[in-house]
Amino acid sequence: MAETTVAKKSIKFVITRQDKPDSQPYKETFEIPYRPNMNVISALMEIQRNPVKDDGNKTSPVCWDSNCLEEVCGACSMVINGKPRQACTALIDKLEQPIRLEPMRTFPVVRDLVINRDRMFNALKRVKAWIPIDGTYDLGPGPRMKETKRQWAYELSKCMTCGVCLESCPNVNERNTFIGPAAISQVRLFNAHPTGEMNMEERLETLMSDGGIEGCGNSQNCVRACPKGIPLTTSIAAINKDTTKHMFKQWLGM
Amino acid sequence: MKGNSYLSRKLHSLLGVIPLSLFIITHALTNFSAVEGGSERFKAAVGFINGLPLVNVLELFGIFIPLIFHGVYGLYIAYQSNLNTGQFSYGRNWAFALQRISGVITFIFVFWHVYQTRFQVAIGGITHDQLGMTMHNIATNPLFFTLYVIGVLASTFHFANGMWAFLVSWGITVSPRAQRVSSYIWMVVFVLVSAMFLMSLSAFRGDEFKEAAAALDAIRTIV
Ligand code: HEM
Ligand code: SF4
Ligand code: FES
Repeated sequence: MAETTVAKKSIKFVITRQDKPDSQPYKETFEIPYRPNMNVISALMEIQRNPVKDDGNKTSPVCWDSNCLEEVCGACSMVINGKPRQACTALIDKLEQPIRLEPMRTFPVVRDLVINRDRMFNALKRVKAWIPIDGTYDLGPGPRMKETKRQWAYELSKCMTCGVCLESCPNVNERNTFIGPAAISQVRLFNAHPTGEMNMEERLETLMSDGGIEGCGNSQNCVRACPKGIPLTTSIAAINKDTTKHMFKQWLGM
Repeated sequence: MKGNSYLSRKLHSLLGVIPLSLFIITHALTNFSAVEGGSERFKAAVGFINGLPLVNVLELFGIFIPLIFHGVYGLYIAYQSNLNTGQFSYGRNWAFALQRISGVITFIFVFWHVYQTRFQVAIGGITHDQLGMTMHNIATNPLFFTLYVIGVLASTFHFANGMWAFLVSWGITVSPRAQRVSSYIWMVVFVLVSAMFLMSLSAFRGDEFKEAAAALDAIRTIV
């Protein structure tokens, strides 16, 4: 396997590009020299250094977003060979060629592979995915979290708001107001925290309003797509349970 | 409450189970009497249902209105979804897509089927006793038979997979294991209920239902 890739000595890319947020996308093909241990980001850097298409014509450098380069910030998410994932952990040796790069179209495209993930952060604000600890006086220490529960919650806290789960979801689109899996799982995380729990009802009620949890249609693509292995569908079902209970409590005036 | 899609979605989901799923099971059982006891048993089964008190009220509020709400809102839900099984060809994503496709097929099939049967009774074209014969005429027409097989399989899949989804949407099956076990159970239900419908459909092709049909044709020619 290693031999064949070395023998190729070059890597072929088909990149979907777009000059402006409202302009038409188009495809360009690149062939760049192979180096061992490359990933999609280092290949894009190569194209940036020498923005020449495979037909020898010069073009503008391809734009992308990246930051941490170790799959913790989510900025470099794009559709690679048909699957949404992080470019920084997409190793060239493990990808079928030509490598097809596209932006995650669920989000507004800013330019080339750069997208605007504002809706992810707005969703976190909407559901108040934080622990309120401020008061007009010193509120003192909060209740402690059990160690086993902390370890369990840590898994949910790994979410990097990358948007891959929304990209894979058939119900996140321009006809649907579904908030998306990530924010629902964050509600579960912050509702599990002993201090965060004090605002549990508020978060549930947000998810029980328009563009909340009701948009989930159980395709369960999200849990397969999440690079952090977050149990999204379990979180959604758990919040389904909590919102259902809350609905009955509201009706019964409890 | 007005305009809250959470509550309308919950209502859609609930109506899918009560009464619609209960109805489809009853319907499968009633039809199966044609397999077990032929024309006479089927007539008796239809007679029993129509002997229920307030049967018209039950039909209207117990089936028709819930069906319209669930069906129309269901079409809207289907319109709001993308189908991306080409990109993500996982079993559950296929079930998601088929839930929507089968919903649309069910919508068309149910109205056509009601038109051919219950509506004809309502306008006085046939009596309840002649429903077996009507079904005989449908089941022996090759085109209608094929369309009925498709309609029955789509509705039954929609019901069984819908029950799976209902249990998730209400937070009853939460863990991956519970959801997996539930999917096996509803798959078995899909096979059993489909088999019942298809057996009844082929039973309606039997000669004893035809005799009634022939008798009616005779009456028709006399009149
Ligand atoms: C008349 C045409 C119908 C249409 C267009 C339709 C459409 C839909 C759609 C699109 C869903 C998916 C909701 C979701 O998963 O988010 C659904 C769910 C469901 N449907 Fe239907 N449906 C129809 C008739 C029926 C019938 C006759 C039954 C009963 C056998 C039924 C039972 C269910 C159930 C149990 C669910 C699951 C509810 C849930 O997700 O919680 N539907 N329907
Ligand atoms: S849940 Fe997973 S896929 Fe979704 S945004 Fe968070 S890390 Fe990305
Ligand atoms: S650059 Fe941060 S996840 Fe790839």
